[in-house]
Amino acid sequence: MADVTLTVDGKKFTTPAGTLLIEACRAHGIEVPAFCYYPGLSLQAACRMCVVRIEKMPKLQTACTTTVAEGMIVTTESPEIAQARKATIEMLLGNHPLDCPVCDAGGECELQDMTFKYGAHESKFVEIKQHRDEQQWSPVVFFDRPRCILCYRCVRVCGEGMDVWALGVQNRGVGSVIAPNRQDHLDCEECGMCIDICPVGALTSGAYRYKTRPWEMSHVGTICAHCGDGCKTTLGVRRSSDGMEIVRGDNRDKSGINGDFLCIKGRYAFDFANREDRLTQPLIRQAGADLRSVSWDEAIEFAGLKLREIRDSKGGSAIGVIGSNRTTNEEAYLLQKFARTVLATNNIDHHRTADYPAYASALSGKSEASLRDVGSARAILLLGNDPTEQHPGLAWQIRTNVRLNGARLYVANHRLIRLRRQATAFLQIRESNYAALISFLGGASPPAGAQNAAAFRNAVRKEESLLIVFGSEFCGRDIEALLKFGSTLPSVKFACLGDYANSRGAADMGLYPDLLPGYVPVSAAAHFTEEYSAGLPTQPGLDIMQMLDAAERGELDALYVVGANPVARYRRNGTALRDTFLIVQDMFMTETAQVADVILPAANLYEKAGTVTNTFGDLQLVKKAADRAGVRTDFELIVRLAAAIGADVKKLVPFGPRGVHADFGQARGAQSGEADRHGVWLSAHHLEPRLSPFDPFAIFDEIQRLVPAYDVPRLDLLTGNDQHLRSELVQIEKPVSRPDLVLPSNDTLFTSGSLGLYSKTLHSVLEARQPVETAAD
Amino acid sequence: MNTQPTLFSPALAARFDKLVTLYPIKRSALVPMLLYAQDEVGYLSDAVIAEVAERIGVSELEVRNVISYYSLLRTRPLGKYHVQVCTNISCMLRGGNEILEHCKKKLGIPSKGVTADGLFSLEEVECIGACCWAPAAQVNYDFHENLTPDSVDEVLADYRAKAGNGEKK
Repeated sequence: MADVTLTVDGKKFTTPAGTLLIEACRAHGIEVPAFCYYPGLSLQAACRMCVVRIEKMPKLQTACTTTVAEGMIVTTESPEIAQARKATIEMLLGNHPLDCPVCDAGGECELQDMTFKYGAHESKFVEIKQHRDEQQWSPVVFFDRPRCILCYRCVRVCGEGMDVWALGVQNRGVGSVIAPNRQDHLDCEECGMCIDICPVGALTSGAYRYKTRPWEMSHVGTICAHCGDGCKTTLGVRRSSDGMEIVRGDNRDKSGINGDFLCIKGRYAFDFANREDRLTQPLIRQAGADLRSVSWDEAIEFAGLKLREIRDSKGGSAIGVIGSNRTTNEEAYLLQKFARTVLATNNIDHHRTADYPAYASALSGKSEASLRDVGSARAILLLGNDPTEQHPGLAWQIRTNVRLNGARLYVANHRLIRLRRQATAFLQIRESNYAALISFLGGASPPAGAQNAAAFRNAVRKEESLLIVFGSEFCGRDIEALLKFGSTLPSVKFACLGDYANSRGAADMGLYPDLLPGYVPVSAAAHFTEEYSAGLPTQPGLDIMQMLDAAERGELDALYVVGANPVARYRRNGTALRDTFLIVQDMFMTETAQVADVILPAANLYEKAGTVTNTFGDLQLVKKAADRAGVRTDFELIVRLAAAIGADVKKLVPFGPRGVHADFGQARGAQSGEADRHGVWLSAHHLEPRLSPFDPFAIFDEIQRLVPAYDVPRLDLLTGNDQHLRSELVQIEKPVSRPDLVLPSNDTLFTSGSLGLYSKTLHSVLEARQPVETAAD
Repeated sequence: MNTQPTLFSPALAARFDKLVTLYPIKRSALVPMLLYAQDEVGYLSDAVIAEVAERIGVSELEVRNVISYYSLLRTRPLGKYHVQVCTNISCMLRGGNEILEHCKKKLGIPSKGVTADGLFSLEEVECIGACCWAPAAQVNYDFHENLTPDSVDEVLADYRAKAGNGEKK
């Protein structure tokens, strides 16, 4: 659209026609206050706070609904406007209780800010304020009616943004009230978007209310530890008796790839970290006895000596290593380096939730989509998966793109997934027909039972640019066929959906028996050998099933399990592992830990620094937010174990030239925010501390050297921006694809099979949910 | 078109089937549908709300939101004859309040009340557009004008007699 030039408060600027006046002002540094206006939601013009004077218009106009026009002359602050806003606030405060000192929103309340700004602390109203008791609408949503200023943001974000439509407005005038969809309670996704978006303290979170004040917390922006979307979350942490406790998860920093969004897990299910029953003391089991607590030195020495003895007597092939989907890239990388150089084994694997090697191989010469691309693509083809349940961040981006940009969404699925409501076309196929679907899209006859298939194909093939997102229904050759079909279209990007916070990173970092970091086959390890200045085993090792089988047969002498629970995940009989020396590094006494010989209490993703890669290949910085006395990061534990085995730690982690033991704040809990700024300054000057063998960035250097796809601008990463991997740089031979090893977790919004098990909030929500299906779907 | 079992008479159900096709968006049919449903069923029961939501393709919450906005839409049963007495300014000046008081006494119910036999309900309403013949009252869809306490008695007696004959209006 053409540009128009207007003058606001004497400042002349040019902006595209059709822009809302309030947006144009904000873009040019002029803040126009508003309660009901929220970017991306429909316009309401309910609060009358954004009134401005526009020349030649008779009354004050709402900036949130006025579009800019050529030659418009606008005043946004004047005594007249201040008086109007003050009057509005006076009305809003008519029934609003003055309980700011106890209200959760006190200190971050928009009404409070505006009251201060316009000095509306006196009122002409002498009537007694109407009080209503607060209501609990769900385990996590509380409603305090008198505090509500009826901006309808919650109603709109729930309906338009989430497509849940669980909130409404009943009655009219002064009697208007926000109402939940089940008379006195909510039946919804419990995402908490309504709480986040509430400008006052009318909607409050069951997990956070009355616990602390906003200014008593430190706020650390990091990445959510749950699904594979990698949403940015801000954790409010506070000092507790045994470390730093997470009090709140929210999305105050809206710069992340998730935009405004956080789901129930990101917002509330951080509480696994605060659980009382976390492991906080190393435990060992000697000679068939029960587990007993020991000192760190004793536990690590015990484990290290035993591993060394087995390696030296029987060779590395007698040892297996199982890595995690939840550790950072640095930890995953270090673990494989440790396995290959210190333990001299290729027996390393992890719980695979998507066939990333096949994807990486098929992707060569094609481009991969970032989660950000999903928010701006012209057309999206979604094959398999149910993002609403399994990738809520992706589902949000898709809905937002369809709603705001009119993107076309094509969905093919064997279930009637919720996103079909946003779809231009929906094709239901049988669960066994995903492969047939690809050949159909390529030109073959339609899969049996699919209706309107031809129209679907024609529409998809007519798209000039398309983003293809596929779930773990596709493995191995199907991925290859799908990407081959995609490359026949004019302009296509791809995204492959896997399950956990760093599943993609685990794959990229070579937690595979046959692949090194960057999907380099173990048989072609030349430059790794050079970098590591150590010989590497060149024969592929055992995969996770083979390791477990071998252990059960008593043929595997030792198994080192980092942040995984193979006994429960693969439904194994734990006692069958009794002949294997089992070292488990975890947060909780999992089924696998129960049969371990050494248990090392580990920190979780909220308690460490490093990087993670989401399933779209967006690399992001993880900052240390919480802390718990008695746990250590997986990174530190691997390094200490290597030292106990007698390896040269400086070869494992290339830290500082003189090996000074110090760090720049990683050990100082939430203060690490400060340390990270220091780190940014250092990197800007091409200086890096790398003083400690426990500094993950020491190893990140090496990752960037050895895995070309990870060679992204470092400073951007350190300042907290997501960086898309340079996946075009992945050099991969055709891998041995093992679809049989891919085990998608098929989580729902409220479960995650691993961390979610330990979240009290998720449990309370699950218990409160009635087993009835929602009628509105 | 709609093969689901319906609460409404076949004629009304057919009317609703057509109604939703008359507007660019189905939602526009919501208010007329609620009014017609209320006329037939007497009030908007939970079952009516559920069926209307289903027919329009919105959530029940949204239907309730709309109902709660309009005072003409009711979620509780009224009497067979709903007496609406205007006390807005013209009627008030010409004795509307007295008419209302008289009705209350005569029927033995307050405004918004229903008689025990379910025959009458009473409501004080705002302007019904009959100012020229104030004071006025509306019983169901019929107007009664230039009322006096005596003529009110006649009107009520008429309805009582009609009810005895089994007539609706």
